Amino acid sequence: MSYWKTFSKGILKENPVLVMLLGTCPTLATTTLVSSALGMGAATTFVLICSNVVISLLKRVIPKEVRLPCFIVVIAGFVTFVSFILQSYLPDLYDSLGIFLSLIVVNCIILGRAEMFASKNNVAASALDGLGMGVGFTLALFIMSSVREILGCGSWLGFSFGNWYEPMIFFITPAGGFFVFGTVIAVVGILTKKRPKKEFGCENCPSKDACAQKGGC
Amino acid sequence: MKEMLVILFSAILVDNFVLSKFMGICPFLGVSKKLDSAIGMSGAVTFVMVMATAMTYPIYKFLLVPNHLEYLNTMAFILVIALFVQLVEILLKRYMKGLYNSLGVYLPLITTNCAVLGVTLLNIENDYNFLQSLVNALGAGLGFTLALILFAGVRERVEAAEVPKAIKGVPITLIAASIVSMAFMGFGGMVEGIFG
Repeated sequence: MSYWKTFSKGILKENPVLVMLLGTCPTLATTTLVSSALGMGAATTFVLICSNVVISLLKRVIPKEVRLPCFIVVIAGFVTFVSFILQSYLPDLYDSLGIFLSLIVVNCIILGRAEMFASKNNVAASALDGLGMGVGFTLALFIMSSVREILGCGSWLGFSFGNWYEPMIFFITPAGGFFVFGTVIAVVGILTKKRPKKEFGCENCPSKDACAQKGGC
Repeated sequence: MKEMLVILFSAILVDNFVLSKFMGICPFLGVSKKLDSAIGMSGAVTFVMVMATAMTYPIYKFLLVPNHLEYLNTMAFILVIALFVQLVEILLKRYMKGLYNSLGVYLPLITTNCAVLGVTLLNIENDYNFLQSLVNALGAGLGFTLALILFAGVRERVEAAEVPKAIKGVPITLIAASIVSMAFMGFGGMVEGIFG
Protein backbone atom coordinates (compact mmCIF):
# COMPACT_ATOMS: atom_id res chain seq x y z
CA MET A 1 0.00 0.00 0.00
CA SER A 2 1.40 3.41 -0.90
CA TYR A 3 2.10 5.86 1.88
CA TRP A 4 -0.56 8.24 0.59
CA LYS A 5 -3.21 5.53 0.77
CA THR A 6 -2.08 4.53 4.27
CA PHE A 7 -2.68 8.10 5.35
CA SER A 8 -5.86 8.89 3.43
CA LYS A 9 -7.87 5.73 4.13
CA GLY A 10 -8.55 6.85 7.69
CA ILE A 11 -10.11 10.12 6.61
CA LEU A 12 -12.97 8.87 4.44
CA LYS A 13 -12.92 5.27 3.30
CA GLU A 14 -12.25 3.75 6.73
CA ASN A 15 -13.24 6.72 8.89
CA PRO A 16 -12.99 5.27 12.40
CA VAL A 17 -16.17 6.93 13.68
CA LEU A 18 -18.52 7.36 10.74
CA VAL A 19 -17.73 4.14 8.86
CA MET A 20 -16.18 1.72 11.36
CA LEU A 21 -18.31 2.95 14.29
CA LEU A 22 -15.49 2.97 16.83
CA GLY A 23 -14.85 5.50 19.58
CA THR A 24 -18.52 6.34 20.00
CA CYS A 25 -18.22 7.47 23.64
CA PRO A 26 -15.99 10.54 23.07
CA THR A 27 -17.88 11.27 19.85
CA LEU A 28 -21.07 11.71 21.84
CA ALA A 29 -19.65 13.15 25.04
CA THR A 30 -17.23 15.84 23.90
CA THR A 31 -19.14 17.34 20.97
CA THR A 32 -21.38 19.93 22.62
CA LEU A 33 -18.83 22.63 21.68
CA VAL A 34 -16.62 22.80 18.60
CA SER A 35 -13.62 23.91 20.69
CA SER A 36 -13.73 20.91 23.03
CA ALA A 37 -14.31 18.54 20.09
CA LEU A 38 -11.21 19.86 18.32
CA GLY A 39 -9.22 19.58 21.55
CA MET A 40 -10.35 15.98 22.01
CA GLY A 41 -9.49 15.23 18.38
CA ALA A 42 -6.03 16.72 18.70
CA ALA A 43 -5.29 14.92 21.98
CA THR A 44 -6.45 11.58 20.57
CA THR A 45 -4.47 12.08 17.33
CA PHE A 46 -1.31 12.78 19.33
CA VAL A 47 -1.76 9.65 21.46
CA LEU A 48 -2.62 7.61 18.37
CA ILE A 49 0.53 8.63 16.45
CA CYS A 50 2.85 8.17 19.45
CA SER A 51 1.42 4.82 20.51
CA ASN A 52 1.47 3.53 16.92
CA VAL A 53 5.14 4.48 16.57
CA VAL A 54 6.19 2.96 19.89
CA ILE A 55 4.21 -0.24 19.39
CA SER A 56 5.58 -0.60 15.88
CA LEU A 57 9.11 -0.26 17.28
CA LEU A 58 8.41 -2.82 20.00
CA LYS A 59 6.49 -5.30 17.88
CA ARG A 60 9.22 -7.94 18.01
CA VAL A 61 9.80 -7.54 21.74
CA ILE A 62 6.20 -7.81 23.00
CA PRO A 63 5.13 -11.45 23.53
CA LYS A 64 1.94 -12.30 21.69
CA GLU A 65 0.07 -13.61 24.76
CA VAL A 66 0.34 -10.42 26.81
CA ARG A 67 0.22 -7.92 23.97
CA LEU A 68 -3.04 -6.24 24.99
CA PRO A 69 -1.85 -5.23 28.49
CA CYS A 70 1.44 -4.05 26.96
CA PHE A 71 -0.37 -1.90 24.40
CA ILE A 72 -2.58 -0.45 27.13
CA VAL A 73 0.44 0.53 29.24
CA VAL A 74 2.05 2.31 26.29
CA ILE A 75 -1.20 4.14 25.50
CA ALA A 76 -1.80 5.06 29.16
CA GLY A 77 1.69 6.54 29.35
CA PHE A 78 1.02 8.91 26.47
CA VAL A 79 -2.43 9.81 27.81
CA THR A 80 -0.88 10.80 31.14
CA PHE A 81 1.66 12.89 29.24
CA VAL A 82 -1.05 14.67 27.22
CA SER A 83 -3.12 15.42 30.31
CA PHE A 84 -0.05 17.00 31.97
CA ILE A 85 0.49 19.25 28.95
CA LEU A 86 -3.18 20.29 28.76
CA GLN A 87 -3.43 20.85 32.50
CA SER A 88 -0.56 23.32 32.49
CA TYR A 89 -0.98 25.09 29.13
CA LEU A 90 -4.72 24.81 28.29
CA PRO A 91 -6.52 24.51 31.66
CA ASP A 92 -9.91 25.50 30.16
CA LEU A 93 -9.79 22.67 27.65
CA TYR A 94 -8.57 20.32 30.40
CA ASP A 95 -11.63 21.17 32.51
CA SER A 96 -14.11 20.89 29.65
CA LEU A 97 -12.85 17.44 28.59
CA GLY A 98 -12.82 16.26 32.19
CA ILE A 99 -12.75 12.52 32.67
CA PHE A 100 -12.89 11.83 28.94
CA LEU A 101 -9.27 12.90 28.67
CA SER A 102 -8.26 9.94 30.86
CA LEU A 103 -10.68 7.70 29.03
CA ILE A 104 -8.66 8.09 25.81
CA VAL A 105 -6.85 5.04 27.24
CA VAL A 106 -9.83 2.82 26.51
CA ASN A 107 -10.74 4.45 23.18
CA CYS A 108 -11.09 1.40 20.95
CA ILE A 109 -9.73 3.27 17.91
CA ILE A 110 -6.27 3.44 19.49
CA LEU A 111 -6.18 -0.15 20.71
CA GLY A 112 -7.67 -1.26 17.40
CA ARG A 113 -4.97 0.46 15.32
CA ALA A 114 -2.26 -0.93 17.61
CA GLU A 115 -3.62 -4.45 17.19
CA MET A 116 -4.50 -4.31 13.51
CA PHE A 117 -1.87 -2.00 12.03
CA ALA A 118 1.07 -0.93 14.19
CA SER A 119 1.92 -4.43 15.42
CA LYS A 120 2.29 -5.61 11.80
CA ASN A 121 3.80 -2.64 9.94
CA ASN A 122 6.94 -0.51 9.95
CA VAL A 123 7.37 2.73 11.88
CA ALA A 124 6.76 5.22 9.05
CA ALA A 125 3.59 3.50 7.86
CA SER A 126 2.31 3.23 11.45
CA ALA A 127 2.87 6.93 12.07
CA LEU A 128 1.00 7.84 8.88
CA ASP A 129 -1.80 5.44 9.71
CA GLY A 130 -2.12 7.03 13.15
CA LEU A 131 -2.15 10.52 11.62
CA GLY A 132 -4.81 9.57 9.06
CA MET A 133 -7.05 7.87 11.61
CA GLY A 134 -6.59 10.80 13.98
CA VAL A 135 -7.55 13.31 11.30
CA GLY A 136 -10.59 11.18 10.41
CA PHE A 137 -11.63 11.04 14.06
CA THR A 138 -11.16 14.81 14.45
CA LEU A 139 -13.16 15.44 11.26
CA ALA A 140 -16.07 13.35 12.54
CA LEU A 141 -16.01 15.16 15.89
CA PHE A 142 -15.84 18.50 14.09
CA ILE A 143 -18.95 17.72 12.01
CA MET A 144 -20.90 16.46 15.03
CA SER A 145 -19.94 19.41 17.21
CA SER A 146 -20.66 21.98 14.49
CA VAL A 147 -24.22 20.68 14.11
CA ARG A 148 -24.75 20.53 17.86
CA GLU A 149 -23.23 23.91 18.70
CA ILE A 150 -24.97 25.77 15.86
CA LEU A 151 -28.41 24.31 16.61
CA GLY A 152 -28.07 23.93 20.36
CA CYS A 153 -26.12 27.05 21.41
CA GLY A 154 -26.67 29.45 18.50
CA SER A 155 -22.94 29.91 18.05
CA TRP A 156 -20.00 28.38 16.20
CA LEU A 157 -16.52 28.03 17.71
CA GLY A 158 -17.65 30.54 20.32
CA PHE A 159 -18.92 33.18 17.84
CA SER A 160 -22.52 33.92 18.72
CA PHE A 161 -25.13 34.47 16.02
CA GLY A 162 -26.92 37.19 17.96
CA ASN A 163 -30.34 37.28 19.52
CA TRP A 164 -32.54 36.56 16.50
CA TYR A 165 -31.88 32.85 16.81
CA GLU A 166 -33.46 30.91 19.66
CA PRO A 167 -31.16 27.93 20.42
CA MET A 168 -32.74 24.50 20.66
CA ILE A 169 -31.39 23.15 23.95
CA PHE A 170 -32.31 19.60 22.89
CA PHE A 171 -29.20 19.39 20.70
CA ILE A 172 -26.76 19.83 23.56
CA THR A 173 -28.50 17.28 25.80
CA PRO A 174 -27.36 13.64 25.74
CA ALA A 175 -30.52 12.71 23.82
CA GLY A 176 -29.63 15.27 21.14
CA GLY A 177 -26.15 13.73 20.89
CA PHE A 178 -27.57 10.31 19.98
CA PHE A 179 -29.97 11.93 17.52
CA VAL A 180 -27.30 13.98 15.71
CA PHE A 181 -24.95 10.99 15.57
CA GLY A 182 -27.67 8.82 13.98
CA THR A 183 -28.49 11.53 11.45
CA VAL A 184 -24.84 12.16 10.54
CA ILE A 185 -24.25 8.44 9.93
CA ALA A 186 -27.38 8.28 7.76
CA VAL A 187 -26.24 11.32 5.71
CA VAL A 188 -22.73 9.87 5.27
CA GLY A 189 -24.36 6.63 4.10
CA ILE A 190 -26.41 8.50 1.49
CA LEU A 191 -23.48 10.65 0.30
CA THR A 192 -21.11 7.72 -0.10
CA LYS A 193 -23.92 5.75 -1.75
CA LYS A 194 -23.05 2.84 0.43
CA ARG A 195 -25.71 1.10 2.39
CA PRO A 196 -25.26 2.16 6.00
CA LYS A 197 -23.65 -0.56 8.01
CA LYS A 198 -26.34 -2.86 9.23
CA GLU A 199 -25.16 -3.45 12.75
CA PHE A 200 -22.54 -2.52 15.26
CA GLY A 201 -20.45 -5.48 14.23
CA CYS A 202 -17.43 -7.19 15.66
CA GLU A 203 -15.09 -7.10 12.67
CA ASN A 204 -13.39 -3.88 13.76
CA CYS A 205 -13.38 -4.57 17.48
CA PRO A 206 -9.91 -4.86 19.03
CA SER A 207 -11.14 -7.64 21.32
CA LYS A 208 -12.43 -9.65 18.37
CA ASP A 209 -9.88 -12.46 18.60
CA ALA A 210 -10.43 -12.91 22.31
CA CYS A 211 -14.18 -13.33 21.87
CA ALA A 212 -14.03 -15.37 18.71
CA GLN A 213 -12.15 -18.11 20.51
CA LYS A 214 -15.14 -18.58 22.76
CA GLY A 215 -17.78 -18.27 20.08
CA GLY A 216 -19.02 -14.95 21.40
CA CYS A 217 -19.96 -12.00 19.21
CA MET B 1 -27.99 5.89 54.99
CA LYS B 2 -29.96 8.60 53.21
CA GLU B 3 -26.77 9.82 51.59
CA MET B 4 -26.06 6.30 50.31
CA LEU B 5 -29.53 6.03 48.80
CA VAL B 6 -29.08 9.36 47.04
CA ILE B 7 -25.76 8.20 45.55
CA LEU B 8 -27.25 4.85 44.53
CA PHE B 9 -30.37 6.19 42.85
CA SER B 10 -28.58 9.14 41.27
CA ALA B 11 -26.15 6.72 39.64
CA ILE B 12 -28.97 4.47 38.42
CA LEU B 13 -31.48 7.02 37.15
CA VAL B 14 -30.32 10.63 36.98
CA ASP B 15 -26.67 10.26 36.03
CA ASN B 16 -27.16 7.03 34.15
CA PHE B 17 -23.73 6.03 32.88
CA VAL B 18 -24.86 5.09 29.41
CA LEU B 19 -27.67 7.51 28.68
CA SER B 20 -26.43 10.70 30.28
CA LYS B 21 -22.68 10.26 30.80
CA PHE B 22 -21.98 8.47 27.50
CA MET B 23 -19.82 5.73 28.92
CA GLY B 24 -20.00 2.18 27.66
CA ILE B 25 -21.82 3.07 24.45
CA CYS B 26 -20.16 0.27 22.47
CA PRO B 27 -21.58 -2.61 24.54
CA PHE B 28 -24.86 -0.69 24.90
CA LEU B 29 -25.34 -0.67 21.13
CA GLY B 30 -23.49 -3.88 20.35
CA VAL B 31 -24.90 -6.34 22.86
CA SER B 32 -28.48 -5.08 23.19
CA LYS B 33 -29.84 -7.06 20.27
CA LYS B 34 -30.88 -10.02 22.34
CA LEU B 35 -32.19 -9.94 25.89
CA ASP B 36 -30.08 -12.96 26.98
CA SER B 37 -26.81 -11.40 25.95
CA ALA B 38 -27.88 -8.03 27.40
CA ILE B 39 -28.41 -9.63 30.81
CA GLY B 40 -25.13 -11.57 30.62
CA MET B 41 -23.13 -8.51 29.65
CA SER B 42 -24.64 -6.23 32.26
CA GLY B 43 -24.15 -8.83 35.00
CA ALA B 44 -20.49 -9.12 34.11
CA VAL B 45 -20.06 -5.32 33.92
CA THR B 46 -21.73 -4.73 37.31
CA PHE B 47 -19.54 -7.37 38.96
CA VAL B 48 -16.32 -6.00 37.46
CA MET B 49 -17.28 -2.40 38.34
CA VAL B 50 -17.80 -3.18 42.04
CA MET B 51 -14.70 -5.37 42.29
CA ALA B 52 -12.55 -2.89 40.37
CA THR B 53 -13.63 -0.12 42.73
CA ALA B 54 -12.90 -2.30 45.75
CA MET B 55 -9.36 -2.80 44.46
CA THR B 56 -8.47 0.56 42.94
CA TYR B 57 -9.65 2.67 45.88
CA PRO B 58 -7.15 1.20 48.41
CA ILE B 59 -4.40 1.32 45.78
CA TYR B 60 -5.04 5.03 45.27
CA LYS B 61 -5.36 5.91 48.98
CA PHE B 62 -2.59 3.75 50.41
CA LEU B 63 -0.11 3.46 47.56
CA LEU B 64 -0.37 6.42 45.19
CA VAL B 65 -1.28 9.25 47.58
CA PRO B 66 1.44 8.59 50.22
CA ASN B 67 4.05 8.48 47.43
CA HIS B 68 2.66 11.57 45.64
CA LEU B 69 1.97 9.57 42.51
CA GLU B 70 -1.68 10.60 42.06
CA TYR B 71 -1.07 11.39 38.41
CA LEU B 72 -0.42 7.71 37.71
CA ASN B 73 -4.01 6.78 38.60
CA THR B 74 -5.17 6.18 35.02
CA MET B 75 -2.28 3.87 34.30
CA ALA B 76 -2.52 1.99 37.60
CA PHE B 77 -6.30 1.56 37.38
CA ILE B 78 -6.40 0.27 33.83
CA LEU B 79 -3.66 -2.25 34.62
CA VAL B 80 -5.53 -3.46 37.71
CA ILE B 81 -8.76 -3.77 35.72
CA ALA B 82 -7.07 -5.65 32.87
CA LEU B 83 -5.35 -8.06 35.27
CA PHE B 84 -8.49 -8.57 37.33
CA VAL B 85 -10.61 -9.34 34.28
CA GLN B 86 -8.02 -11.86 33.11
CA LEU B 87 -7.95 -13.47 36.55
CA VAL B 88 -11.73 -13.74 36.79
CA GLU B 89 -11.80 -15.32 33.37
CA ILE B 90 -9.27 -17.98 34.35
CA LEU B 91 -10.99 -18.72 37.67
CA LEU B 92 -14.45 -18.98 36.14
CA LYS B 93 -13.17 -21.24 33.40
CA ARG B 94 -11.53 -23.54 35.95
CA TYR B 95 -14.15 -23.68 38.70
CA MET B 96 -17.53 -22.42 37.48
CA LYS B 97 -18.12 -23.71 34.01
CA GLY B 98 -21.80 -22.75 33.92
CA LEU B 99 -21.23 -19.15 34.92
CA TYR B 100 -18.29 -18.99 32.54
CA ASN B 101 -20.46 -19.99 29.60
CA SER B 102 -23.02 -17.30 30.33
CA LEU B 103 -20.72 -14.43 31.42
CA GLY B 104 -17.26 -15.43 30.26
CA VAL B 105 -17.62 -14.42 26.63
CA TYR B 106 -18.20 -10.81 27.63
CA LEU B 107 -15.21 -10.53 29.95
CA PRO B 108 -12.54 -9.68 27.34
CA LEU B 109 -14.77 -6.85 26.11
CA ILE B 110 -14.97 -5.33 29.57
CA THR B 111 -11.32 -4.26 29.81
CA THR B 112 -11.91 -1.70 27.08
CA ASN B 113 -15.33 -0.65 28.40
CA CYS B 114 -14.85 2.94 29.43
CA ALA B 115 -17.65 2.73 32.01
CA VAL B 116 -15.47 0.51 34.25
CA LEU B 117 -12.41 2.77 34.16
CA GLY B 118 -14.78 5.74 34.29
CA VAL B 119 -16.46 4.73 37.53
CA THR B 120 -13.15 4.13 39.32
CA LEU B 121 -11.82 7.53 38.22
CA LEU B 122 -15.05 9.34 39.08
CA ASN B 123 -15.04 7.91 42.61
CA ILE B 124 -11.64 9.49 43.17
CA GLU B 125 -12.64 12.74 41.48
CA ASN B 126 -15.80 13.08 43.63
CA ASP B 127 -13.82 12.41 46.82
CA TYR B 128 -16.08 9.56 47.89
CA ASN B 129 -15.04 7.41 50.84
CA PHE B 130 -14.67 3.65 50.42
CA LEU B 131 -18.31 2.76 51.14
CA GLN B 132 -19.67 5.58 49.00
CA SER B 133 -17.41 4.46 46.16
CA LEU B 134 -18.74 0.91 46.35
CA VAL B 135 -22.34 2.16 46.39
CA ASN B 136 -21.65 4.44 43.43
CA ALA B 137 -20.08 1.55 41.50
CA LEU B 138 -23.07 -0.67 42.28
CA GLY B 139 -25.45 2.07 41.15
CA ALA B 140 -23.47 2.61 37.96
CA GLY B 141 -23.65 -1.12 37.22
CA LEU B 142 -27.36 -1.32 37.94
CA GLY B 143 -27.95 1.77 35.79
CA PHE B 144 -26.04 0.12 32.96
CA THR B 145 -28.15 -3.01 33.43
CA LEU B 146 -31.40 -1.05 33.40
CA ALA B 147 -30.46 0.88 30.27
CA LEU B 148 -29.30 -2.24 28.44
CA ILE B 149 -32.38 -4.30 29.29
CA LEU B 150 -34.83 -1.51 28.46
CA PHE B 151 -33.04 -0.83 25.22
CA ALA B 152 -33.01 -4.53 24.27
CA GLY B 153 -36.81 -4.39 24.48
CA VAL B 154 -36.97 -1.24 22.36
CA ARG B 155 -34.70 -2.75 19.73
CA GLU B 156 -36.87 -5.81 19.27
CA ARG B 157 -39.69 -3.49 18.25
CA VAL B 158 -37.41 -1.41 16.03
CA GLU B 159 -36.22 -4.54 14.19
CA ALA B 160 -39.77 -5.41 13.32
CA ALA B 161 -40.75 -1.89 12.23
CA GLU B 162 -40.77 -0.62 8.67
CA VAL B 163 -38.24 2.25 8.50
CA PRO B 164 -37.03 4.32 5.51
CA LYS B 165 -34.07 2.73 3.75
CA ALA B 166 -31.71 5.62 4.48
CA ILE B 167 -31.94 5.25 8.25
CA LYS B 168 -32.14 1.46 8.42
CA GLY B 169 -29.67 -0.23 10.74
CA VAL B 170 -27.33 1.93 12.78
CA PRO B 171 -29.05 5.34 12.35
CA ILE B 172 -32.46 4.16 13.56
CA THR B 173 -30.79 2.37 16.49
CA LEU B 174 -29.16 5.65 17.53
CA ILE B 175 -32.39 7.60 17.14
CA ALA B 176 -34.17 5.01 19.31
CA ALA B 177 -31.39 5.45 21.88
CA SER B 178 -32.01 9.18 21.74
CA ILE B 179 -35.65 8.67 22.67
CA VAL B 180 -34.76 6.32 25.55
CA SER B 181 -32.24 8.89 26.76
CA MET B 182 -34.91 11.58 26.59
CA ALA B 183 -37.12 9.44 28.78
CA PHE B 184 -34.34 9.23 31.37
CA MET B 185 -34.03 13.03 31.38
CA GLY B 186 -37.41 12.98 33.11
CA PHE B 187 -35.71 11.62 36.25
CA GLY B 188 -33.64 14.80 36.66
CA GLY B 189 -34.13 16.29 40.11
CA MET B 190 -36.39 13.45 41.22
CA VAL B 191 -33.90 11.74 43.53
CA GLU B 192 -33.16 14.90 45.48
CA GLY B 193 -36.91 15.50 45.66
CA ILE B 194 -37.55 12.15 47.34
CA PHE B 195 -34.52 11.74 49.62
CA GLY B 196 -33.31 15.31 49.97
